[in-house]
Amino acid sequence: MVAVTETLQTINQLAGTGYKFGFETDIEMDVAPKGLNEKIIRLISEKKREPDWLLEWRLKSYRAWLSMEEPAWARIVHPKIEYQELHYYAAPKGPAPKSLADVDPELLNMYDKLGIPLNERAALAGVAIDAVFDSVSVATTFRESLAKVGVIFCSMSEAVREHPELVRKFLGSVVPAGDNYYAALNSAVFSDGSFVFVPRGVRCPMELSTYFRINARNTGQFERTLIIAEEGASVSYLEGCTAPMRDENQLHAAVVELVALDEASIKYSTVQNWYPGDAQGNGGIYNFVTKRGACRGRKSKISWTQVETGSAITWKYPSCILQGEGAVGEFYSVAVTNHFQQADTGTKMIHLAPNTTSTILSKGISAGRSSNTYRGLVRVMPRAANARNFTQCDSLLIGNHCGAHTVPYIESRNQSSKVEHEATTSKISDDQLFYCRSRGLSEEDSVGLIVNGFCRDVLKELPMEFAVEAQKLLAVSLEGSVG
Amino acid sequence: MLEIKGLRAAVGDKEILAGIDLTVPDGEIHAVMGPNGAGKSTLSYILSGRDGYEVTGGAVSFDGEDLLAMAPEARAAAGIFLAFQYPIELPGVGNANFIRTAVNAVRRARGETEMDTVAFLKEARNAVKALAMPDDMLKRNVNVGFSGGEKKRNEILQMTLLKPKLALLDETDSGLDIDALRIVAGGVNAARGPKFSALVITHYQRLLDYITPDRVHVLAAGRIVRSGGPELAVELEQHGYGGLGAA
Repeated sequence: MVAVTETLQTINQLAGTGYKFGFETDIEMDVAPKGLNEKIIRLISEKKREPDWLLEWRLKSYRAWLSMEEPAWARIVHPKIEYQELHYYAAPKGPAPKSLADVDPELLNMYDKLGIPLNERAALAGVAIDAVFDSVSVATTFRESLAKVGVIFCSMSEAVREHPELVRKFLGSVVPAGDNYYAALNSAVFSDGSFVFVPRGVRCPMELSTYFRINARNTGQFERTLIIAEEGASVSYLEGCTAPMRDENQLHAAVVELVALDEASIKYSTVQNWYPGDAQGNGGIYNFVTKRGACRGRKSKISWTQVETGSAITWKYPSCILQGEGAVGEFYSVAVTNHFQQADTGTKMIHLAPNTTSTILSKGISAGRSSNTYRGLVRVMPRAANARNFTQCDSLLIGNHCGAHTVPYIESRNQSSKVEHEATTSKISDDQLFYCRSRGLSEEDSVGLIVNGFCRDVLKELPMEFAVEAQKLLAVSLEGSVG
Repeated sequence: MLEIKGLRAAVGDKEILAGIDLTVPDGEIHAVMGPNGAGKSTLSYILSGRDGYEVTGGAVSFDGEDLLAMAPEARAAAGIFLAFQYPIELPGVGNANFIRTAVNAVRRARGETEMDTVAFLKEARNAVKALAMPDDMLKRNVNVGFSGGEKKRNEILQMTLLKPKLALLDETDSGLDIDALRIVAGGVNAARGPKFSALVITHYQRLLDYITPDRVHVLAAGRIVRSGGPELAVELEQHGYGGLGAA
């Protein structure tokens, strides 16, 4: 690996300059005092003018959280998180904007800078966007055109006010308040997030997208997303995220719940680009996220696609509970770690009903001194006759100081089920690099091309508008590590 | 024009090239022949900039520039192309995408405008046809699952589209049946012109039945021991390298 080693050295000197979204936005903020206690939770609930049942739910979650401990099974190390040193609520000052015209121009500028125009005329064709800044949703585009076909797309806070019956019915129904440490924390303090409801038989006419931005200092971000697709409905949803470059670590603990009824289909894509920390491992987001989808109905389908390039730590296992007969779960993942990033990510496919199928395709790329772990569970329960799973986990190593780990768990309690697991580990070879360079590609472009080739089967699952973005992002994330 | 003067090179402690002098003027095709281990492939790798070889003496210039000081991609931009003896597989990378990326990287480096997809594909499809390659050749992943002959033809396809000034063909004939050999040679002959030169490295005279070289050089033990016209290749075929005291 002569070529790679050399480049590693050159690039490591330049490193840390690759993150393009590291700016800070100067906005007057309304910030809750540091620390977490019942008073803070009441304050959050009050700020959001929530009904009593929700406050009670938050308090119950908080009490559950107090009795829990951080999970220790993931292959990650980090200093103790001081939960009492964080702010649990931060929002731009002033009354909530009623329309785009009321949104602080500074905020609109920031989203423009990120390449996310909130102006509907300028927006990506056919994509509706909900923008979440620190704790609150600042704008949701194309709401009216969506409402015409009965699709509800709004912030979680609004959903609580406008559609309390739906929220009450589904919130916590997939990820219960006490599910795990970070989910319990989120349930206690979640600030905002997106809410999507697609009624029976409706195919959502445009891509829905939420864009998350952490800006405030020492502030945790805890968003909560809930997507419901009724019988025969279908929707494709994409989330993206960035944060400023800061020396200290910031906590992000989100919960996403999906519910698909009979023959409904939900496609959930993530392009995660939180600040990963610098080349020495300082700063970066701690990303502890619980994502789970319930395929409740017959022949329902939930498909997760994720491109994880950011965060100092990623702890994330988007899962499918296959409850309806013939339900389909899919998980397509690209996780890139560079420098000192740590990712422990994968999925759970729980087969409860007969004829359910699941597909897992995971591509891990590690460079620098990073650690990249695939952790996955395929569980087939006794009732799940003829369940079928196919798993493929591929790891690509760049350089000699990174690690790749694959930890698959398979539990089958039904004799008629079929579970397959394939795994490969490879390195970018000097021969491949030289072949590309001898054709005129720079070393970095060569790595980008080879890595994109390695991830192709996953990238093609992304909505078209975002596939190109994701490809560029992969190249940028590896800039500074490899060449 | 390629000018090699007193080129010496080693891998580790072992000297592979022991002082090579060779000039390939524009528009000419030169053949380098020689027994196994003579240093033929090493010469092509050093000219294209592969890591792992230490140049211990001499100089190489291409169109007046110091070739050895340039990165491999800069050499490609300057117009050098190496057809690999063992072409490399790139899983997941589509052939058309790969070649177009390369063509545009080279065009960018030369300050030329990039080629759009439509124009590129049109040219690529014509080249595929001329090389009697299957239609799906552009869609498949670079060299993945290609037969030996397909890989070699894919090298010539890249050469055709990259339009180099100097092509280094490293045993492009090895492993080819007679039909494929004709097609590959046809690709090289089609590129012939006053601005195209080539260094054809081969064991056998066979390829030279189809590509008539302007000059033939015999490389043995890291030195050029004889040079001559096309008739030298025929002589070698009859008497072997041993007849030159070069085996």
